[in-house]
Amino acid sequence: MNLLRWQRPDSTWLGFGGLSTLRNEIDRLFEAPLAELARTSNLLSGAAPALDIHEGKDSVVVTIELPGMKKEDIEVSLHDGCLSISGERKGEEKLENAEVYRSERFFGRFQRAVTLPAAVAAAQIKAQYKDGILTVTLPKAEEAKPKQIDVQVN
Amino acid sequence: MQTTLEKQNTNTRPVPQEYVAPNVNIFETQEGYVLQAEMPGVGKDGLEVTLEGTEITITGRRNPETTAGETLFRERNTADYRRVFELDPAIDTAKVSAKIEQGVLTVTLPKSERVKPRKITVD
Repeated sequence: MNLLRWQRPDSTWLGFGGLSTLRNEIDRLFEAPLAELARTSNLLSGAAPALDIHEGKDSVVVTIELPGMKKEDIEVSLHDGCLSISGERKGEEKLENAEVYRSERFFGRFQRAVTLPAAVAAAQIKAQYKDGILTVTLPKAEEAKPKQIDVQVN
Repeated sequence: MQTTLEKQNTNTRPVPQEYVAPNVNIFETQEGYVLQAEMPGVGKDGLEVTLEGTEITITGRRNPETTAGETLFRERNTADYRRVFELDPAIDTAKVSAKIEQGVLTVTLPKSERVKPRKITVD
C-alpha cells in the first residue's frame, strides 16, 4: 500500500472517489464497535496519506494531506520520472499520568511514490506546505508541453 | 405558470451538507482533557468550535483550492470536517481554548478547580 503506481484516470479509483470515501463507507456499514477497529487500524489509511494529481497545460500538481508535520520531517525527491514523498510523523512526548481515550492519528514513517504523467523540469520543482497540505508543483519540461505547429503552404 | 414555479423551487432545495469525521486523539491528564483533530486544509478562518450544553462540536471548512487542468488521480475528500463529542461535567467550559497548527486542531479542556485532586494537610 505504501508504493502505488500512477494509474490511468479511467481506472476504478476515480469512480470510487478515492480511498478515504471507501473508508467512510466501511465505517458507516460497520457502525461501532467495528468502526473503531477499522479506524484505528492503519490498513485503510494513515500509513499512506491521501493524494491528488492534477495535470495542467504547463505543470503537474501533486497535493498530499500531511497534517501536523514539521517542515524538516518531509522529504520530497524525484528519480527517473517518479516523485516520492516520504517522511516521519514523530509522536509527541508522552504526557505523564495521561489516560488515552482515543488514538486515531497515525504516527511513524510513511511513503508515497507516483509516476509522473509527463517529463518535468527538475530544477523548477516547488513544494509548499500550508495548513497540513503539501503542494508540489512540477513545471513540465519544454519537450513535454503541447506545441502548435504551423502548417506552411507552398 | 404558478405550478411550474413551485416545482422549480422544490428542485432547488439545498442538499444537506456532507461532512467527514476527522481522526482524533483524546487524552486526559490531572489538569484536564486534550483533544487533537487532524483537519488538513483547514486554516484558522475555517475553524469553528462550539460548546453547547454537554456537547462540543468541531467544524472545519477547507480552504478553497484552485486546481487548473485535468484530475488524474483523486483520493482526497473534499467534504468539510465535523465531529461532536460529549463533555465531562467536570470540564470548566469557560476555560476551553483551541488552536490550529498545520492542519491539526488542539483543544484544551481544563477541569474545574473543585474536581482536581488535591492534598489535604493534616493538622
